[in-house]
Amino acid sequence: MSGFLSSSIARKFAMALSALFLIFFLIIHLAVNITSVFSEDLFNQLSHFMGTNPMVQFALQPVLLVGVIFHFVMGFVLEIRNKSARDVKYVNYKGSANSSWMSRNMIYSGLAILAFLLIHFIDFWAPEMNYKYIEALPENPTRYYHELQEKFMPLWRVVLYVIAFVLLGLHLLHGFQSAFQSIGFNNKYTSFVKALGKWYSILIPAGFIFIALFHYFNH
Amino acid sequence: MNLTLKIWRQKDSKSKGQMVEYKVTDISEHMSFLEMMDVLNEQLVSKNEEPIAFDHDCREGICGMCSLHINGEAHGPDRGITTCQLHMRMFKDGETITIEPWRAKAFPVIKDLVVDRSAFERIQQAGGYISVNTSGNTQDANAIPIPKHDADLSMDAATCIGCGACVASCKNSSAMLFVSAKVSQFALLPQGRVEATERVLNMVRQMDEEGFGNCTNTGACEVECPKGISLENIARMNREYLAASLKR
Amino acid sequence: MTTLNSKVPKGPIKDKWTTYKDHINLVNPANKRNIDVIVVGTGLAGGSAAATLAELGYNVKAFCYQDSPRRAHSIAAQGGINASKNYQGDGDSDYRLFYDTIKGGDYRSREANVYRLAEVSGNIIDQCVAQGVPFAREYGGLLDNRSFGGVLVSRTFYAKGQTGQQLLLGCYSAMNRQIARGKIEMYNRHEMLDLVKIDGKARGIITRNLITGEIERHSAHAVVIASGGYGNVYYLSTNAMGSNATAAWKIHKKGAFFANPCMTQIHPTCIPRSGDYQSKLTLMSESLRNDGRIWVPKNIEDAKAIQQGKLKPTEIPEENRDYYLERRYPAYGNLVPRDVASRAAKERCDAGYGVNATGEAVYLDFSSAIERYGKMEAKIHGIHNPSKEKITELGEGIIRAKYGNLFQMYEKIVAENPYKTPMMIYPATHYTMGGIWVDYNLMTTVPGLYCIGEANFSDHGANRLGASALMQGLADGYFVLPYTIGDYLADDIRTGKIPTDLPEFEEAEKDVKERINFFLNNNGTHSVDYFHKKLGVVMWNKVGMARNEKNLKEAIKEIQEIREDFWKNVKVTGKNEEFNQELEKAGRVADFLELGELFAKDALERKESCGGHFREEYVTEDGEALRDDENFAYVAAWEYTGKPSEAKLHKEQLEFKDIELKTRSYK
Repeated sequence: MSGFLSSSIARKFAMALSALFLIFFLIIHLAVNITSVFSEDLFNQLSHFMGTNPMVQFALQPVLLVGVIFHFVMGFVLEIRNKSARDVKYVNYKGSANSSWMSRNMIYSGLAILAFLLIHFIDFWAPEMNYKYIEALPENPTRYYHELQEKFMPLWRVVLYVIAFVLLGLHLLHGFQSAFQSIGFNNKYTSFVKALGKWYSILIPAGFIFIALFHYFNH
Repeated sequence: MNLTLKIWRQKDSKSKGQMVEYKVTDISEHMSFLEMMDVLNEQLVSKNEEPIAFDHDCREGICGMCSLHINGEAHGPDRGITTCQLHMRMFKDGETITIEPWRAKAFPVIKDLVVDRSAFERIQQAGGYISVNTSGNTQDANAIPIPKHDADLSMDAATCIGCGACVASCKNSSAMLFVSAKVSQFALLPQGRVEATERVLNMVRQMDEEGFGNCTNTGACEVECPKGISLENIARMNREYLAASLKR
Repeated sequence: MTTLNSKVPKGPIKDKWTTYKDHINLVNPANKRNIDVIVVGTGLAGGSAAATLAELGYNVKAFCYQDSPRRAHSIAAQGGINASKNYQGDGDSDYRLFYDTIKGGDYRSREANVYRLAEVSGNIIDQCVAQGVPFAREYGGLLDNRSFGGVLVSRTFYAKGQTGQQLLLGCYSAMNRQIARGKIEMYNRHEMLDLVKIDGKARGIITRNLITGEIERHSAHAVVIASGGYGNVYYLSTNAMGSNATAAWKIHKKGAFFANPCMTQIHPTCIPRSGDYQSKLTLMSESLRNDGRIWVPKNIEDAKAIQQGKLKPTEIPEENRDYYLERRYPAYGNLVPRDVASRAAKERCDAGYGVNATGEAVYLDFSSAIERYGKMEAKIHGIHNPSKEKITELGEGIIRAKYGNLFQMYEKIVAENPYKTPMMIYPATHYTMGGIWVDYNLMTTVPGLYCIGEANFSDHGANRLGASALMQGLADGYFVLPYTIGDYLADDIRTGKIPTDLPEFEEAEKDVKERINFFLNNNGTHSVDYFHKKLGVVMWNKVGMARNEKNLKEAIKEIQEIREDFWKNVKVTGKNEEFNQELEKAGRVADFLELGELFAKDALERKESCGGHFREEYVTEDGEALRDDENFAYVAAWEYTGKPSEAKLHKEQLEFKDIELKTRSYK
């Protein structure tokens, strides 16, 4: 496998697979969170299930973690190699003439998302791990909604979330169809994939932003 | 037209280079870009200065020799052309034009605007062929009908002129468009299928060894390619490579 | 005057090549490993020869001045490659291709060579398809053909307007396979600057590494020159900027005879020049004449108005247009051979009917083809009563599919849309039929020295038909030379490696270095291009499309003067030990300045009009070329004796046993 991953195409393929996995994950994540907007109970039920189901906790969660870490690490590896492939820089390089801003700045939108993820982990995931596995507090199936509401009380955090999701949208605007291209999917359905990617990249982050704003204004 | 030119001058591969400013006057808008460079070089020679070295040969957009990065773009601001097909009518009187060589670690500068593209040669040598000897007894050319659609796609990929604009314009200096064009040309023809597995593995290995960057699908190569080679070829090569990796 | 031995085998023309192949000496595979062959030039001829010789087992050293073999100027050939496959069932055959080529060449080529060319033409297509050359195909999956000038069948195979490119990439891929196996040692960015002869045989070359300036010695048991034509003697031509005659001229100076230098093809469909700064001329494929109609205004007033920019071609009604090729040559119309089409264009322009500001252009009009195709497409798609716009749209689609890249090329250069307004074209130097004299084996007058492709003289006589250059280059390289060279090399199996420290190498290297040093230390007043342009003007005006005794004599004198001036006043900047393009050009132009004179001398000597060589003194009553078979049915092979003016003429009498000598008529 390490031999396979030493080739540029295989790395991109792996990068794309992890991306597609994360894209899929984002849908689930949004689907769960959006329930908080209209039903406190449903949100609590789903959160409780996710938080306690051993399949989710001990199989899917590690996979997700590995996926996230792999996507970032590989992103850095590729970026370093790509940067070193041009040892002398152009004095004048007009990237805007032939490519989108998003496509040229994946590393920066990615880094911003990484920074956001760290905060996100500190906000939700770390306390959750602490609650369940370190302090091992008794489970209260109705605590999730309130925890959520609490987090979106300070304005700075809401602003931070909005910025992060805008950047995620930009990352996805290139990343979605790029992942398909990397796995070799480019055919008559490509225009459909591109359109789908555009809608996805707008709607998913917009959904998360909506949730954050909703709770900020409705607590 | 009167123009200010900022041109990369570099004595040889070992020296450090720099941008040097020149002025040219009375340039006709019907001139080609390289004819404008000729005018400048005539001036330099008459002043006993060294003329600017740049690669060029056929001057009709097919040999792939010319390779200038003009105003931040490979082959300049026009589309679907090589540097030699660029005409001065694309520029404005009084404009300042920057002219640089292709930039990539795998394309070291030989002198001024001339770069060494032998990395492309080695990639082709790694597998860019069908192993058939000349004999005069190969089967008749019409023995294997090939669907027109496939033949046309193969031809589209085969029109690559190996100029290196894809590498030059890619922010990662990736050679994927160049390599995928050759892989696709053969992958689409029955004659080429026989060695398809080895070919893609070997060519990609060589491409990686040469120090080109990875493709991040920005699409810059497709836009700047003078022959309009499609990104579909890169996707095809990705498929070919993954399938080949599973086989071997 | 000696008679040249062309070594054409005996027997009926149909069997000559087969019988000959069956009886020549062969080198066994184990011995081939001990034999080195140098190939100079990597176009279709050189590339295919290098690859095939390496496949056979010889050690090949190949040289090109470009940074890759793939950039040789064969790549620019657009229209197609002929082969007598008769896939269209329109009556084609080896004989017919042979006949057309001889007739097209105005009966100045060697029958046996041309028949062999026709015979192997089919193999070329087979070979190329096997290599993965993506020729155009029909919907049924079989190969498509189109028609070219001077023939009545469709035998031209093509890959869009980039046939030369695809065929060259085929050779290149075959070469790459051998380079990877170590059977070809490839020397890119190297220029051959002299030939080394040992005991009268070609045994090596001296080259300059164009990056480092290093002068190198390379030895071999045989040397193959495939360095292309000398069209750049005109300065402006459709050749690449770097295309040069140095390799050919150097071997000429070392004993290879130069044949028919005056036979040069002026191609009728090129983009007219636009100013003095012009560095080269761009060809528009002859295939365009399949669908384009050539015309100038019928009335001189209209022509004048167009030249002054007061009238547009689309404003001239049909009845006021003079489709002069269709008028003069009803049988072949717009598809007459190139020499005829070029002269007809010159005739109209000289009479004042030219259609651009310089008066040196004619129209190539696609409007009737667009209409014809549009109507056909409408029928195919079941559109009843299509509007004029719809027809135009459909028709343009077909034209775009056939010639899209050419139209785009035109639009980029001229900044006019050729779908909407007719193209402007004018003749330009394109191909040189003349070249190094070779026998049936493609060997020059120097033993062990071969010359193939455009660099030799053998197959096209006084005029080459469209799509035949690619055919000849590949025939020579894939199917002829690899056989015939074995016959010579069979004697060399015990020779062993040729050392490069022999006095002959020493001396050749010294000469090369001296010349380089001369250029660099001359400190003259004018650049190399200055002299090249001056030579070009003389060549075009006095040794161009129409020649006469007075002009030719003047040209010889003027070229001598330019040459003298060059050696006194040329300025070459920089030094040898670096990448120095001025130095490269200086050597090439020095050779053109000698070749140009021999060219004019040959033209003066040939007192007849044939093919591309048109002498104003020798015309029929209605202005067509008047050949003199009685006195000039020979190949003029020139021997170098120290100066071009003193070159010695040798004649190879041409025998026509299988074709009757006739006045060429395309009426």
